[in-house]
Amino acid sequence: MKYAVPIILVAVTAAVMVLGLFVTGQAGVTLGITKGSALHTAKASTPDQAMTNLLVDVQRRNWDRAFANVSTSSGVTEQAFIQDWIGSNGSLRSFSSLEGFDPRPLHATNDEAQMRVRLHFSTPVGPLEDVRDFHLIREGDVWKTVWPKLQMPSVPAEVIPVTYLRWDLVTATADGEWGSGNVDAPHVRIISMNAVDSAEGAVVMGEVTNEDTVPAFVTVNATLVDAAGNPIDDESSFDKIAHVLLPKQVTPYRIDFPNLNLKNVKNVRMDVKATLVPASADPVVGVMNQEIDTDTQGKSVLHGELLNQSGQTVNIPHVIASFYDNNGKVVWVSDGYVDRALLPQSSQPFAVEIPKNIAATVHSFHVVVNQFSIGKS
Amino acid sequence: MSRLSRIIAVATLAAACAALCSAQDLRAPQSAIAGEETAISTTGSGKATFYLVGPGVSRKNDATLGEDVHLAAQDIRTAGYYVAILCSDTCHSAGFYVNAAKPTSLTFLVHPSRVPVAQSDAVSGVAFAFDQFHNLVLAPVNVNFQLTAKDKDKDKDKASPLFSRSVRTQNGVAWFRTPSGKSAGPLQVTAALDDVTARRAVQQVASEPCNLRITGQRTKTGILVQTEPVHDCAGNVLSDGTIVTFTATGPQGKDTVDAPIKQGVARAQMDSSGPAVISAASGVVMGNEIHVEAQR
Repeated sequence: MKYAVPIILVAVTAAVMVLGLFVTGQAGVTLGITKGSALHTAKASTPDQAMTNLLVDVQRRNWDRAFANVSTSSGVTEQAFIQDWIGSNGSLRSFSSLEGFDPRPLHATNDEAQMRVRLHFSTPVGPLEDVRDFHLIREGDVWKTVWPKLQMPSVPAEVIPVTYLRWDLVTATADGEWGSGNVDAPHVRIISMNAVDSAEGAVVMGEVTNEDTVPAFVTVNATLVDAAGNPIDDESSFDKIAHVLLPKQVTPYRIDFPNLNLKNVKNVRMDVKATLVPASADPVVGVMNQEIDTDTQGKSVLHGELLNQSGQTVNIPHVIASFYDNNGKVVWVSDGYVDRALLPQSSQPFAVEIPKNIAATVHSFHVVVNQFSIGKS
Repeated sequence: MSRLSRIIAVATLAAACAALCSAQDLRAPQSAIAGEETAISTTGSGKATFYLVGPGVSRKNDATLGEDVHLAAQDIRTAGYYVAILCSDTCHSAGFYVNAAKPTSLTFLVHPSRVPVAQSDAVSGVAFAFDQFHNLVLAPVNVNFQLTAKDKDKDKDKASPLFSRSVRTQNGVAWFRTPSGKSAGPLQVTAALDDVTARRAVQQVASEPCNLRITGQRTKTGILVQTEPVHDCAGNVLSDGTIVTFTATGPQGKDTVDAPIKQGVARAQMDSSGPAVISAASGVVMGNEIHVEAQR
């Protein structure tokens, strides 16, 4: 009796250790996965497991194993599959990694299934979310994903004459006479401003235009002031603006004040700063087939296509849209990054979300495209 | 008793008179000019120490009472208030002003460096007159301001004056304000004071577009839309690079293209195949609308 308790404890410990060995033999390590039921199973006997296996391997960049989860009927090469995930041409996807995923079955039969997966990417411009629908089929007793073929734009070889305009800056030499070498900062103007409360906090938004004949680098700052005239908070438009404005170009701006509401705000002090910068009028990006619609998740979105009309690659396109009510007042500003590069003479789809409470009041909209190209300022 | 007090009073008066007769004093000049020699006269006899304290100098040297103390040109190069102190048994001081010399340079500031045409009170300039030692000349002088622009209708090298005015300085400053001219191009702004001249240039640029008009035609790939040459209301061609936003609205949605003006005209390719209403805007100026039929 004296030794009974220690013996039982040792026996239980040994049993748990043996059990642990067997369990870890079947389940993978789930380090670094923040979302999704990310347990890798050796054999995908359900569509859910097949989807999870594939995405876990993509997260770990274990491409061979991930591609093994793709059905051979897909007709894609491993290289194309990898490129779909890691991007190309210096696109935003090239700098992103899959942080997590939320799979949801849409439809399933004995032999095929449809799944919708919310993919969470971490990117240099913040977290990005992508929703994709996947088709899965059963091959024998294993489920596999039918990988959609990545449609690469097919552009014929051609020579595009570059006749775009460019502005360079020459800095005055130090020995010049005082007052003789001044070049004024570009003249920019806020043409509209609106402050509203949103679910995340107070939002100040509007539009700003470059009234000058030279390009301007523009930043808009706002300070919320209380009834006593004291500043409550100040923020800048950060990336919710097209910073480089060519002559007579108009850009929306949005300034977020998280966790603040306008109840205590008496006044909003606006400050727009502009500096002269070298710039180029190329590439010209058209925004085609813009339409407000409801997406698969029931959200109101403005979607369309960006068409690169020039001969230069736009690595990271950024879309900023302002939405107006019946009176032409800016009621919301949305933005979104496109994670694929915009190749010359080709197009890429985009979509930006409109909050539910705003969608009903939107009468018209204006989209501008901000562009980041490698090797260009 | 009254006799004793009379003796004391006379003795005191005599002592005071003796002291006054032997005391040093100094007399500063009424006004001095920067960079010009001047002198301070002294009275009395014996040796003394002379101090000069001013905006650009602090000096000490020996002086002989009864002789002038010479101030060299370099001692009083900076205009302002100076104090001369002479110390022997006691110290005496005198203050004097050194005024700026005659103007030899003009500092001329013109604002802005770029200006749209036909704007009221758009160009301003301010001139400061300085002497050779960089002292602001406070004495009133006349500065002649002149604005000239190249006349686009005349000989290329001929410049026509837009504005000419003589302005008297107040506290060393003269200024003007004037509307910008009617033609885009460089505007030369001159400030002259005797034989001193300062020149600046202001770039006059086209103002807001006026009568922005577009035309469009269907092509194999969509609609080619372009503006007529874009001018401001004074007839100046808008600068190349100015953005014109084309918007095509049709059943397939809305297309927009921000196209820069090249050689006076902005062009864009819209890939709409259905009927479309196309409009244009540049900044806050709207253009006309055109209707393009669907592709057959």
